[in-house]
Parts: sequence; C-alpha cells; structure tokens
Amino acid sequence: MKNEIKPINILVKGLSLFILINILFAVWQPKIGQFSAYNAIFPGRERLPFGENSAQAYNLSLFDLDAMFASHVINDDQKQDDEFRVILIGDSSVWGTLLKPEETLAGQLNSADMSACGKNVHVYNLGYPTISLTKDVLMLSYGMKYEPDLVIWLTTLEAFPMEKQLASPIVANNQETLNSLRSRYGLVFDPNDPAFVKQSSWIIVNRRAFADIIRLQIYGVMWAATGIDQIYPVNYEPAQINLEDNEKFHEAKPPMLDTKSLAINALETGIRVAVDTPVMIVNEPMLISNGENSDIRYNFFYPRWAYDQYRDMMAELSQKNDWNYVDLWDAVPANEFTNSAIHLTPTGEGLLAEKLAPVIMATCK
Amino acid sequence: MTINQILIVVAAALFWGFVMRERGRLHFILIASIIVIFWLQSALPLRGFDFWLPVATLVITIFSWYITAALEARHSRKNWSTLALIITIVLLLNLTRFLPFDPALTASRPPQTEILLLILALSGLFLFLTKKLTRFHTALLAIAIISLILIFLAIKVPAFAYWVSYGIRLLTSQSLEQAKITDLRWLGFSYVAFRIIHTLRDRQMGRLPDVDLAEYMTYVIFFPAFTAGPIDRIERFMKDLRQPATALGNDELLVAGQRFILGLFKKFVIADALALIALNDVNALQVRTAGWTWILLYAYAFQIYFDFSGYTDIAIGTSRLLGIKLPENFSTPYLKPNLTQFWNNWHITLTQWFRAYFFNPTTRWLRSWKNPLPMPLMILVTQVATMVLIGFWHGVTWNFTLWGLWHGLGLFIHNRWNEFTRARATAWATTPIRQNVLAISGVLITFHFVALGWIFFALSSTSTSLHVFLKLFSIK
Repeated sequence: MKNEIKPINILVKGLSLFILINILFAVWQPKIGQFSAYNAIFPGRERLPFGENSAQAYNLSLFDLDAMFASHVINDDQKQDDEFRVILIGDSSVWGTLLKPEETLAGQLNSADMSACGKNVHVYNLGYPTISLTKDVLMLSYGMKYEPDLVIWLTTLEAFPMEKQLASPIVANNQETLNSLRSRYGLVFDPNDPAFVKQSSWIIVNRRAFADIIRLQIYGVMWAATGIDQIYPVNYEPAQINLEDNEKFHEAKPPMLDTKSLAINALETGIRVAVDTPVMIVNEPMLISNGENSDIRYNFFYPRWAYDQYRDMMAELSQKNDWNYVDLWDAVPANEFTNSAIHLTPTGEGLLAEKLAPVIMATCK
Repeated sequence: MTINQILIVVAAALFWGFVMRERGRLHFILIASIIVIFWLQSALPLRGFDFWLPVATLVITIFSWYITAALEARHSRKNWSTLALIITIVLLLNLTRFLPFDPALTASRPPQTEILLLILALSGLFLFLTKKLTRFHTALLAIAIISLILIFLAIKVPAFAYWVSYGIRLLTSQSLEQAKITDLRWLGFSYVAFRIIHTLRDRQMGRLPDVDLAEYMTYVIFFPAFTAGPIDRIERFMKDLRQPATALGNDELLVAGQRFILGLFKKFVIADALALIALNDVNALQVRTAGWTWILLYAYAFQIYFDFSGYTDIAIGTSRLLGIKLPENFSTPYLKPNLTQFWNNWHITLTQWFRAYFFNPTTRWLRSWKNPLPMPLMILVTQVATMVLIGFWHGVTWNFTLWGLWHGLGLFIHNRWNEFTRARATAWATTPIRQNVLAISGVLITFHFVALGWIFFALSSTSTSLHVFLKLFSIK
C-alpha cells in the first residue's frame, strides 16, 4: 500500500506544533534576551543599543532590557575585587549622540585611569537617549544588578515634567518592570496611562521583538568589525542659538514653576533603588545662548525663570535629603555643544570629565 | 518582490490550482502575468513611466512574436482574440486612474488614456508596416535583436541611462537637474530581453517551434519567473504549457510547497539576515581588520547565493502549482571542485543561454578561420569575452567588467591547469584520502576564488574594490 503524504496533514501538524510552541512559550516565558552573542563571540557594546537607522548605525532600538544589557560590556565578566565600578545614568548626552564610544563621558573618564578607595575606577555608560527621569530609574534599577560602587546620575530640567515620564518608548514598553518599581520603591505613575504598550506572552504577538533581538546579535558582527554604533554625519544642524520670544516651559508660565508638575518622586525613587550605593546627582551642562532672545531663554529647552527656579529647587532638595548633588549647568562653553543644547563635543565631554573626576576619586562606599 | 507580493502571487496560483485547474490555464497565466508586470513595477521618478515601461514590455513582446511567427499563423482569429484581450487588460489598468482611491495595481496613478490610445495606435501602425516588409524578414529579426541590445545598453550603461533620462525629461518637461541613472529601473527587462533574443535567434536558425501569441506572451512574461528567472527555453516551456492540465494532486502540492517554503526561508530568513553584515560600499571602508573583512565577504558570498537561489525556489515552487516545471538555476555551486563546474551550477539558465548564443557560435566562428588561433588563445578569447558579457548583463560598469575578466581568466587558467595536471593528479590520488584531499582543496580554492570575485560585484568602484583586496591580505 502506498504511504501517501497528504499536504493537508502537514499543514494541520505544522499549525498544531506552532500553537503548542506558542502555549509553551506563554506558560514558560523564557527570558531569551539574556542569551547574547555579545561578550562571548563579539565584544560587548560600550553603550546600550539605540539606533534609528540600523542599516547605517549597525545598531537598533529595542525594548527588551535583558537583551540590551546582555549586549553591554558591563555584562562581560564578574566584577573584580580591584574594580571600583561607576555607572553613568542619563539621557542622550550621557549615551553620546554624535560621539564615538571613547569620546563619551564614560570613555573620557576611563581614559583618565582613576582610582578610588584604592581600586581602579571603571566607568560604564548606561545612558540612554530620550529624556525622562522614570526612564533613568528604569535603567538604574537594571544597572544595580551589576553592583556599582557609585552611581552618577546626570539629569536636566527637561527630564522632570510629568508628561515626559512615560513618553520614552523604552518606558512605555516595560510596564511590568515599572510595576515592580512601584510596589518595591513607591514609583508614582498611572498604570492605566494609554502610553503603555500592552505586553503579551505569545510569540506571534512578540515576533517583532524577537526579530529585533536576533538583529541585535547579527549587528554584533558589524560592531566588532567596525566599532561603529551610530551614524556620524559630516554635517548636522547645530543647536539653536537664536531663540523664540517665549517664556513657557511646557505648560508652565512665569512666575512660579509648579513642583507638582515635576516628577520629583522619580528622583527620590532612584535614590531608593540604589539602596546604599552612593548616588551623585549631576545637573548636566547645557548651552547658554547669547543669541536672539537669550535674555528670555537660556536655550531651546529652557526659559531663564524656569531653569533658575529648577536649580534652586534641586539645591534645596539635595540639602534637605542629604543628596550628593553637583551643579555643572554652566561648566561647558556654548561652542562645545553639537546638535542640541545638551549634546557635547568631545572637548566638551572632556571638560565635564575633568570636573567629575576629582569627585569620583573622592568617593568611597 | 516583497513577501506580501510573493504570497499574493502564490495565492493566485493556488486559486487556479484548486478552483480552475482543468480549464483556462493559458489565459489565466497570461492575464495574471500582464497584471503582475504592472503591479510589480516600482514607482519611478519619471512621470508615468511605471506604467509605460510595462506597456513597452508588452509591445516589444507582441512585436517579437509577430516577426517570429509563421506568416500564415499571424492573423488567425485566436491571435486577434489574444491581442484584444491584452489591449483590454491594459486599458482597464489604465482606467483605474479614474478610481476615487489610490490604484492598487500600479505604482502610481496611470497616465492619460489618450496617450495610451495613441501609443497603441502607433504600435498597430508599426505592426502594419512590418507586415508590408515581409520580404525583409531576415533583416527584421536582426534589427529586433540589435534593438533589444541597444535598449539594454541604454538602461545598463550609466552614461547612456543618464542621457536617456535627460532626454525623456526634456521631452516631457520634467526637471532636468533630477535626471539620474536609476530613473529607468525597468523591472524584468534583462530576463525579457534574453527570452526574446532566444526566440529571435532560434527563428533565424529555423529552430523555433510554432507558438501562438498567447503562448509566446506567457513564455516571455510568465509571472513566477518574470523578475528573477530562470530563463527557460521556449520549446521546453511549451511542452509543459501544452500538456493537458490535471487537478492539483497531493504530490505536486507537496513538491511545490516544499520548494516554495525553502525559497522563502532562503530569501527572507538567511539572505536577509546576511544582508545586514554583507560587504557593501559603506562597510568596506569602515571595517578595521583583515579577519572581519573576510567575514563580511563570506557573508556577501552566501547572501547573494541564498537570495538568488531563494527567489528561484519560489519561482519553481509557484510555477509547479500551475503545472510548469521551470528549469533549475542552482545546484550547490559553492561545493564544486573547480571554476568550470561552478559555472555549470551557478545561474545555470543564464550560462546555458550565453553558451548557446555566444560562446558556441563564437568558438565555431573562430575555428572556421582560414588560419585559426592556437587553441589556448581561442579558449582565452571565448571564455573572457563570454564572462565579460555576463558581467555586462548585470550592468555595464568597470566593476562588472573586472568581475567578468576575473572569471574569464579564472576559467582559462583552470582549463590550462587541468590540462597540465590531470594525469599527475590521477596518478597521485590513488587512495580515498588523497582523492578527498584533492576534492576538498578544490572546493575551498574555487569558493575563495569566487568569493574574491564578488568584491567587484558587491562594490561600485574599482578603488574601493582594490582597498578591500589589500585589506583582506593585510596590505593596507
């Protein structure tokens, strides 16, 4: 008797297998992001994966924190006894937009060969583009797994407005982690905010996320081969010097900056997340314009009145809570900014590193 | 082709296979093929050309059939009906310009119907004139071949392509500053041209089977193979097309499905993943070490193989659903122990085409000389010329020329080397281990020779290619 293979049987079996794998996956929920070719086949990345044009940057934005950190050089080895581990948290200015890895703040601090508490200082860049304190807390909470001896958290007023907190895609796609930060450390946010992207355990729903994890591994070849992880355009639009005659900061108008509209709770949560690891909060340098309407605004982001009140508020909060706070808002001259009022040139990063290095070396856990 | 386009094409083939299998195959394929060549043509910067180029494909094909068909067959009722069907489909596609939503079957809104009618009328007039020139039939065949080659050069030689675009822009009052060599990306023309030249040449030689207009059109623009081959031979294609269609059985569905799924996997999983790291003009200048340059080159070598052979598998699988067994185009080429065997197994239908219509006739012609060239020189001339022409088929640029030269010289050297060492190799390879050593080293050397040749193929400038060569061997 002829043993005939029927295509319909193959189709049914294939479909059944697919459904079974989906169910198993949904029940088991394996953390596939933790398996990484980085730090094994390819060297770990100097900064977290982020890229809007992956084909040219050999990098891409994804929302799986496991995969992101697994690709980072911080995930390479166990911390050595003689290492004084510093992690930098912050926005694109810390991540290093338009800067090569060695030109970033972390790169320049590492090249300074510092020591603290009799140990060799090693600085890890855990900055991530998009400005939001909640996003910083998210990164910090993950970064704490790597046992830092010091957390340097660079921030700016633009990270504080409530409406900015969940606007970062990495935040919107990680509600579960935020929920855990809420229950453990009291992070305040609206769990029903429509900004959140609904999570699913099904492979079919997460296929884009899985494809991104695979693409990230493949781009490891290009990272290893070229050392490039972002696009370095020959020309770019420089940061705005001539400013609008506008005194508004988001929805706030002079004379008073309403602190209720600022996510101070996120800052406090971050300090709690660090537990007993020292946290240095740095008010990051910004461009101070001398162009049109610079008597009204410091730069594209900030009207003078709001920023001045923010600095006063930070100084007051730090004093009240005994925070290690360093205000470096004017540490870098206007000509050392690139395409944004917070993005620095390599020289600008060097100036910032010079200011921070003595503070790091004076820190002991 | 995108995966969605491929799935729609396969759905159409399955629809016919299950629903209409035993009737109307020829007309189903013809209608689907005409629609597909409009649908797949990408948008072009030249206004209306994403419609005019498929129209040109159809007009050229009809004209080619007309001059290759037997005189008595040209004006049969059946062929008039086919012509009417083709014109109706083109007109209907054009009339979608009046629909209130964006057209789905053309890349942009089709151009004015009056111009289409004018072009159709002029084409009819041209055919009428051709009819009057019956006594110059042989010359017409030659003129048609030369015209196709000239069109080919006009879109493949960068300088010509620029001036053609410039001229079209001048005539149609479009921005002259925007003229680019990529303005005339004529989908499938390379394959269409080669299929038509094959029929014209076979007609000249008296070998062309009698085919009616519908069969000829179906052969030239057969939708599963329109964009990426294989280049079938018309007599073989007709054998399948004329066989009575039967219901789509399990065996056929299984074979077609396996081939199709394999093709999808090769193209959209392996090739597209390798494309992220394959050698290109940008990363060629960014890569830091020789080792990684080799990795990028290997990635390119496998990417181009899986991409192209994947598309072939998709075409073969889809056409099987329609009862057409397209010829194979690849047969594990990277596992062949020498360059001659590589070229017998890489893009098989293209190399067979060149063998039939260039290499063999040229060799015969050279041999017919009163004082023929010495054999090695004759082999050198024919192999280099053939491979350079294959290079030109991909694009008339310095790099494709160098790629052709690389392979032409490689084939010649292999030929001479084989002549020189055959007896010694046979004498040495007396044990299975020695035979394996010879076979494996042959595969490795051949693969690396081919991979190094891909440098010219992957990159657009000779200076970047030289840079990569030096980098690979740590000279730079």
